[in-house]
Amino acid sequence: MTTLTDDTLRASPRAMRDEMIAFAVMALLLAAVPFTGVYPFFVMQALCFALLACAFNLLIGYGGLLSFGHAMFLGTAGYCSAHALKVWGLPPELGILVGVAAAFALSIVTGYISIRRQGIYFSMITLALSQLLYFIYLQAPFTHGEDGIQGIPQGHMFGVLDLSKPTVLYYVVLAGFLAGFLLIFRIINSPFGEVLKSIRENEQRAISLGYRTDQYKFLAFVLSGTLAGFAGSLKVFVAQNASLTDVHWSMSGEVVLMTLVGGLGTIFGPVVGAFVIIAMQQYLASFGQWVTVIQGSIFVICVLTFRRGVIGEIAHYFRRSL
Amino acid sequence: MQALYAQLLVGLINGSFYALLSLGLAVIFGMLNIINFAHGALYMMGAFVAYFLLNLGGINYWFALLLAPIIVGIFGMILERTMLKFLTGLDHLYGLLLTFGIALIVQGVFQNYFGSSGLPYAIPDQLRGGMNLGFMFLPIYRGWVVVFSLVVCLATWYLIEKTQLGAYLRAATENPTLVRAFGINVPRMITLTYGLGVGLAALAGVLSAPINQVRPLMGADLIIVVFAVVVIGGMGSIMGSIITGFALGVIEGLTKYFYPEASNTVVFVLMVLVLLVKPTGLTGRAA
Repeated sequence: MTTLTDDTLRASPRAMRDEMIAFAVMALLLAAVPFTGVYPFFVMQALCFALLACAFNLLIGYGGLLSFGHAMFLGTAGYCSAHALKVWGLPPELGILVGVAAAFALSIVTGYISIRRQGIYFSMITLALSQLLYFIYLQAPFTHGEDGIQGIPQGHMFGVLDLSKPTVLYYVVLAGFLAGFLLIFRIINSPFGEVLKSIRENEQRAISLGYRTDQYKFLAFVLSGTLAGFAGSLKVFVAQNASLTDVHWSMSGEVVLMTLVGGLGTIFGPVVGAFVIIAMQQYLASFGQWVTVIQGSIFVICVLTFRRGVIGEIAHYFRRSL
Repeated sequence: MQALYAQLLVGLINGSFYALLSLGLAVIFGMLNIINFAHGALYMMGAFVAYFLLNLGGINYWFALLLAPIIVGIFGMILERTMLKFLTGLDHLYGLLLTFGIALIVQGVFQNYFGSSGLPYAIPDQLRGGMNLGFMFLPIYRGWVVVFSLVVCLATWYLIEKTQLGAYLRAATENPTLVRAFGINVPRMITLTYGLGVGLAALAGVLSAPINQVRPLMGADLIIVVFAVVVIGGMGSIMGSIITGFALGVIEGLTKYFYPEASNTVVFVLMVLVLLVKPTGLTGRAA
């Protein structure tokens, strides 16, 4: 069976250097955004989704597990952070902590259940679990059902950073994104990440070498879910609401699409994919449901002709790892 | 008690749709190694084709019951020939992603022209009214859906498990290369299998048109429940899919009566329980 990604080029010192340079360029470009006149709200939103897609990619690109329910972590962390900020009146840093802790707990439970099956079944189980949570949130009183949690106060982070100022908020979101991104980068290049890749390539062989593959997959799932939750908590400050859209299956599908467009199993692909898809939604908002049709078409085109994705194609062309 | 029987009947009807859809998914997965995410969208197309046939062509329910599965089946075979065919040998996941994309396209197009509200489809004259069974009042159309679905499910089981064609099909599922070497046109069989699975989905769509209204998103949520049904029952056996489908429908119906708040979630909760107790699903074989 052909695998999802080719990373024969990885793990050399040169590859590491290329990736560090690319990271520095990305960080500088993003840090310069407030000076360029680009609408910061758009970039912040894209950054949250980029982090979500990177977390999702950790599971599919390096663990070979396609989760079709990552919206559940985004939405759960969003709801819990929003509730902590608005109802409990917690400061932003604790609000984020509550959301991330909730996503962590959720990923332990859902990971324990879904890791029991492989491949296609794993995808169906994660999708079903996220639909289960969708219905729970639809009925639970604290989420306010169809209305969602509105008008969330942004507050002062660590008591000093006024998040109601767009520029301050932008740099806080950027710092959160870069921290999450670096953590994922570190995980991928760790011994743990190498074992994960070996499981993706040939699980039977990894087992025969003495690795308890279920534990590795479970840990990858929990890391991925928790980081996806972090993205959800950050998003609360940007959007100032938490609603059912964030837990719906179509959101899980969008995350898959972002990662596919950017390149499965590439480090920077999910970031590029998130910006492409969010920009597309922004510009095509007036076309109503045609956006769904276009998204579906991109899925079809990517799977049939463009499986490496944008970054994957570039990396392949230059024979570099990105 | 009346309400209990009524919910049981609703459960049996939903169970018929679960059975027809999960049966199609299992047959397609066996031959193509693809989980057909577009199944819900094609179910919806079946209902819409019936609606168009009636309102544009004046063709009644009975012909729609035959024509809609054929039309949607041909549409499915075109999809297989133009797209799905190229996924042979790739990771399973690409099949899921491709068919998810197809589902988005089909649902998006219908949503554009018909919004999200439902279109009515009248119950055919011959099946109007109801019967008093003594313990409950049975609307004839609902009884018909359950009986007819059961017959179609059993006929499909017979086709696959007991006929020559079914034997080829099962053999090609096990070892396509060998079956090809015996001179059987396996690619054509794959196309026909996809058409059959899709046709079953469309048939379920026609059956549901008079009960649930005809809506562009009628299949979107249903397919996720059917995925849970498939995880519970496993895709290893045809009869397993049928029984699991009906059984889960009944359990859902009972939940609607005893604890309505959980009726949306009961199938998913059962899936979790089955995974905890018997991870390979009820009918056994590991994937």
